[in-house]
Order: sequence, then C-alpha cells, then structure tokens
Amino acid sequence: MTKKVRIVVLAKQVPDTRNVGKDAMKEDGTVNRSALPAIFNPEDMNALEQALRIKDLLDDVEITLLTMGPGRAADIIREGLYRGADGGILLTDRKFAGADTLATSYALSQAIKKISPDIIIAGRQAIDGDTAQVGPQVAEKMGWPQITYAEEVLEVNDSKITIRRRLERGVETVTSPLPVLITVTATAAPCRPRHAKRLLKNKNARTMSELQAESLEQGNAYLIPEWGFNEIGGDEKSYGMSGSPTKVKKIENIILQAKESKILSSSDADIDMLVKELIASHTIG
Amino acid sequence: MANFYTDNSDLKFHLSHPLMQKIIALKEQDFKDYGVYDYAPANVEDALDSYDKVLEILGEITADVLAVNAEGVDHDGPVCEGGRVTYAAGTAENQRALTQAGVYGMSLPREYGGLNMSMVPYVMSAEIIGRGDAGFANIWGLQDCAETIHEFASEEIKKEFLPRINAGETCSMDLTEPDAGSDLQAVMLKAQWSEEKGMWLLNGVKRFITNGDAQIKLVLARSEEGTRDGRGLSYFVHDQQWGGVTVRRIENKLGIKGSPTCELVFKNAPAKLVGDRKLGLIKYVMSLMNGARLGVGAQSVGISEAAYREAYKYAQERRQFGKAIIEFPAVYEMLGVMKAKLQASRAILYETSRFVDMYKAYGFVSESRKLSPEERAEYKKYSRLADMFTPVLKMMASEYCNQNAYDAIQVHGGSGFMKEYPVERLYRDARITTIYEGTSQLQVVAAIRYVTTGAYLAQIREYEKVEVRPEFQSLKDMLIGMTDEFEKACAVISEIHDNEYLDFHARRLVEMAAHIIMSYLLLIDSQRSDDFISSAKIYIAKSQAWNRERYEYIVNFRPEDLQSFR
Repeated sequence: MTKKVRIVVLAKQVPDTRNVGKDAMKEDGTVNRSALPAIFNPEDMNALEQALRIKDLLDDVEITLLTMGPGRAADIIREGLYRGADGGILLTDRKFAGADTLATSYALSQAIKKISPDIIIAGRQAIDGDTAQVGPQVAEKMGWPQITYAEEVLEVNDSKITIRRRLERGVETVTSPLPVLITVTATAAPCRPRHAKRLLKNKNARTMSELQAESLEQGNAYLIPEWGFNEIGGDEKSYGMSGSPTKVKKIENIILQAKESKILSSSDADIDMLVKELIASHTIG
Repeated sequence: MANFYTDNSDLKFHLSHPLMQKIIALKEQDFKDYGVYDYAPANVEDALDSYDKVLEILGEITADVLAVNAEGVDHDGPVCEGGRVTYAAGTAENQRALTQAGVYGMSLPREYGGLNMSMVPYVMSAEIIGRGDAGFANIWGLQDCAETIHEFASEEIKKEFLPRINAGETCSMDLTEPDAGSDLQAVMLKAQWSEEKGMWLLNGVKRFITNGDAQIKLVLARSEEGTRDGRGLSYFVHDQQWGGVTVRRIENKLGIKGSPTCELVFKNAPAKLVGDRKLGLIKYVMSLMNGARLGVGAQSVGISEAAYREAYKYAQERRQFGKAIIEFPAVYEMLGVMKAKLQASRAILYETSRFVDMYKAYGFVSESRKLSPEERAEYKKYSRLADMFTPVLKMMASEYCNQNAYDAIQVHGGSGFMKEYPVERLYRDARITTIYEGTSQLQVVAAIRYVTTGAYLAQIREYEKVEVRPEFQSLKDMLIGMTDEFEKACAVISEIHDNEYLDFHARRLVEMAAHIIMSYLLLIDSQRSDDFISSAKIYIAKSQAWNRERYEYIVNFRPEDLQSFR
C-alpha cells in the first residue's frame, strides 16, 4: 500500500427499541428516551466491523468514529475505541439539536470535510427513525458515489473498493472508485467483541466536558474531541431545528398486520403514479 | 445481549473480597507497569475495575456466543482426519471470539502479552465459560500450560511461547498414556537428546489427551534411560510446527463432546526441556495439576450454576395441579439444596483461589527481592492452605455439580430426559468432573493427610474466631458442635492405628471437614451479603445431618467389619 486510507464510521446512539415495553412511547407520541437504554445503533456496529476488516486487510488504515448527539453520546465513541477504532469525534452543540435527517447530514458532512476521509461507512438506518436517509444524504452533500445495502467488503485498495450488496431479490457485486460512502445492512457480519487491552486502555477516555463534570484528570487517557458549530462552521441556519424541514403532523400507534411492498422502477411514470397514490391516500400533501 | 458475568451478583461479591486489595497490591508490585503499558492499572481500585470490565467481556461472549453454540457443538463434535483435528464449527467460532477479544493469557505478565490478572478473576473466567459450554472450558483452561511455562521454563522458552497464548494459540497437557493414568510414574514416552538436532526427540504414545492437536504442548516423558519411577521423568515443550506428532483417533465420549480427546503418536517429535531434568513429575506436573484441579472446580461450579438456573426457570414456568411446581415442598427443597450446594462450592472455589493468589504473588515477588520474615511466613501459610484446600474443592465442587445436574433433570421430569432441554447435556457434561485431573477417590488420598495432621481442624478453628452478628450465633454454635464431633471421629480412627482402616474411612472424614469448612464460608459470606443467608441456613442444617450419619458409621464400625467388603 502506498498511502494511508482514512475511514470515517458514522454511528448513532439510539434508544433500544428492540425490547419495548408499555412505557416506550410518551402521550404525545414521541419516544420516551428515559425508559429505553441508550445503545450503539445495531447496523452501525455492522458498519464498524466492515471498517475493521478493511483495517485488517490493508497496512495503513485509520478509523475515526463520528457521532452526533448530546454529551452522553461519548459512550458511542468509547465503544468504538474498545472494538478497534483509532479515534472518535463527538459532534455536539445546542445549535445542532432538533435536527431531522437533512440537518443531521449537513452537520455530519461539514465535519467529514474537515477529516477528509477516503471512505465513509455507516449503518443502513437507525432503529429509532428507520429512515435510511442520513447515509445517502451525506454522500450527496459530499458529491461522492454511494453504495447502499452493503453486506461485505470483498476487495479494497487505496483507489477502489468492491462490495457485495444485499438486495431484495439477490446480491449484486459492485466496484467504486474512492472516495465513497457505504451503508451496511444488518445481514453483514456482526461486530467483533470488545478487545480487553483496548478496553483497559480507553476506559478512561473522556470528552473535556465529561472531565469537567466528573472532576477527573485526563491522565494518559484519550481525550475525545468535541466539535461544535465553531469547529465545523458552515451555514448556521442549516443546522438543528431551523435546518429541518420535516414537521411531524400526527403520530399514531399501529400494529403491523402484513408486510407488503411494491417494486417501482425509477421511470418518471412510476414515480408519478406513486406520488398520485400517496396524495390520494393522504399520506402526503 | 445476555451476560453471564453481570447476571450473577455472586461473582462480583467474590471479586470484591477484602483480601483482593492485598492480592492486587502484591500482583502489581507497586503498580510498576503503570505508564509502561497503556492498559496497566494505576492503583488497586483501577485494577479491580479492569478485572470487572474484562470479566464483562467474557460474560458477554460466553452468553452470546458460547452458550448459543453449545447445543450444536455437543451434536457435531470435532472430527479427526489425516492425523489432525478439526473443531466443531461452534467451537472454532468460540475460539475466534475469545481471541478477538484479547482475553487469552489473562493471568500472564504484560511483558508476555498478558493482562497480569490474579487467579481469582482467571478462575472466574473458567466458571463463566463452564456455565456456557463445559467442553469449551477445557480448551480455555489449558492456557494453564502457559502458567507452568511462566513459572518453570527458561527465559528463552517463555519469550518463544508465551506471547502466542494471547494471540489465541491453544495448549495441551500431555501426561496420560495407555498404562499410566492415575499412576503417572509409569509414563514410558521416551525422550532422547539429539546432538544432531540440538533438541530432544520424543517417541511413544499418549492417550486421553484433551485438545491433543494443540499448537503448544507440554509433554511428560522419560528422559532418564533405565529408570522406572517418577524420578526419571522430565517435562518438555513441543511446538506443532516442529512436526512429529499425529492424532491417531479421537474418543467418542459421554459428555464435553466439543473438547477433542486424542490419542497421539510421537515419532521423533522435537522438544525443548522445561526447567530441570528429573523434576517433570515430582515438581512441575504436581504444580500444573493443582492449577488444573482449580480449573475443574471452576468448570464444576459453572455447570452447577447452569443446572440450577435451568431447574429454577422450569420449576417456575411448569404448572401442575393448578400451580407452578416450585410451590410444592418436594420441588422447592430440591432447589434450595441445589442453590446451597452451588453457593458453597463457589465459596470454597474462591477461598482456594485467593490462597493460590497469595502464595503465587509472594513467589513472584521473591524473584525480584528478598521477602521479609513476615512475608515469608505468609507465603508458607498460603501455600499450605492452597495445597490443603485444592483437593477438597475439586472433590466437593465436582460431586455437587453432578448432584445438581441430576436434580435439574428431576425437576424437569420427563421433559428433562429429552434433548429439547439443555439439562440432559449438563448431566452428561458434569459426569467427567469427578474423574479427570484426579478422581474424587484420589482427591481424598491427597486430602487425608491434612485430616490426620489436624490441619483442617486448625483452619476450622481459625474460621471459628470470625465474629458473626447475634442472629447468626445459633448457626455458629451448630458448627462448633459439628467440629467437636469431627474431632472425635478423627480420634476414634487414629486410635485403631491401621492404615487400611484409615483409608476405608478417609472419604467420610474428608467430607466431614469439607462440610464444616464450606458451612463456615457461607456463614462468613452471610455477614457481608444477605444473598447467602438462606444457603447458609440450608447448608449448615444439611451438613449437620450429613456429618452425623458419617459420625455414626465411623464410631459403630469395627475393624473386622472390613472383611464383609472383601
């Protein structure tokens, strides 16, 4: 290998919605985050494993975990360090609060531009929103090719990457030049366990805010960088609430009876049909 | 994400025993590694936190990987082809996960890639793994071989082999031969020095070798031509890459099926001498054997834990005659006794581990500086206590794990006999524990001398000095009465002055001592945590009755009664 390959893994701290009880939702229909343990979004774990596999394959790889969230999301960085990430950045600022996928991807892409990686790997979607929009939106903002539904990195060097995608009706193997953004599905290999020495080395890794809050000394532990608006710059209005066009109209509790899906082509006629159907059913509009 | 460490508060209780402070301080030798290795602890609290975190990793892997694979591993087992062994797919996955987690070599010093953790957490890891997959506990536990290399081999051998343990290479301990089982003095595998190769060459056959196709092997062999006893045996290390060892066959076993038991053929297999010639059996194997017995004790407690949990869960879920079967006295008594035996086994397991920790730590300290007279006395005291407790622990924990596995099936009724429930596997896995690394009968042989010298009695009297809260005084009084009874039984036997008579009653006497010791440990643990009170009450009352039975048998037995058995 000739040059260092920089990978950014996007990870999100999410409420564990897999084992929800009665108190999982609040009266107003929003998620009751206090009743659910905060975890590393499962598909982001699959994404981290793919990054670690690239690190196993190539000589010089640096993995940075990037997460956006409140101060306690530093747990996500620590978890990544325990499992093999080289470093992590916590994107946190009051200005970022209340972001929908658009504002989130804007903030992430601003941070990524500062890191300038060769590969971005993210989970397909987070279990709290299930939108699967953030990965693709980041790719669009970076102007990079994207490979979604990735299951396994088959080959990689410092200029291109070959990936197997898991699609609804089979698998597809694609090759892309770098830089590229990849989103990984849950069918990909599970993440390797925490590594004992990495855990012991990084168990005291803290952000500056945490050190101050816990009145701790940094010692020889890793200091997790916190980046806010001042660090990543950009258009202030594109962050947080003001940068989020999504408005929640109404939330209903539903029980899924059947799983159905329609296959549509990307032709204008198909999309036109779909939009008409959605307007007719008052799903949009 | 289940976790076999965090779901069991008893483990954390034993990890936080007051003596751990001293053990860690000795083990870390003034925390000299802090700053040298980025994962070394700064102080006792930091070290304890690290123990906790590493066990958490192990607990998670065991619950999410090992325990999930256990049924498939039991079904598939390893295969032997072309002189090599291939693990069952689940076993290979277990090995991979534990290697990726960097937990192998937890008790080795950091300079050899280890985590420098003390025996207590290491033994705990064996218990946790034993609960998930008893067969895998053997593969995990064989890293004890590294401990032997660390203690006795040359620096060159240490540097060559020890770092490979953390990288996940497995070990085997090659002792048994077709004609040398319990009697290892009869080992015949030949070791001859080869000037040409500058190494020893091994020739012969080994049998019943657990994980026999391991990368790193410790082999007991006869280096002194013409000798016939233990003094002609030396200890060797063999690297699989050097060639010369093939697996002739693997055994088809009742239980622990995932752990390959091999018959090995050595043909001019190169090897290096570990330590000094002629000390193979009399020093090194004896040391290794004590470690292995601790390992089987841990494995037994793990199986007991699994059996108890399965039985408890089933008894709560299963309804008959309009209520959960746990509501019936016949069932809740069984469960109460199972838990008492489980907690009593665990109590002696970690008491023994602490003794081993103390004397080993002093041993390593003494390599770098002279021990003070007080330290020297402590070293001797704990070394003796470790020797004295190890056979009792091994025998009692393994016998109890069999009893608990038996009762776990009984609680399940007909369902327990079926493969649909894991208890039948636990029952089969448990069976070996009273046999290998010295049968229960041989543990008695090792332990009886501490009955006759009064060493157990002295230690029991030490426990008697521990203050208990007033509400526990009646339990303590029962134990004082039992101790007097034990003393009388010993006196009755020693008055006869007949070794055969003593051997005949040896197990009864050792068990009497064991019941009292384990009762005291539960009583003492009850002072620190309420989680042990029920078990202490149950176990002490049962022990009183069990000891009474033995006492009656001994005092009413006449020497001529031996004739009826012959």
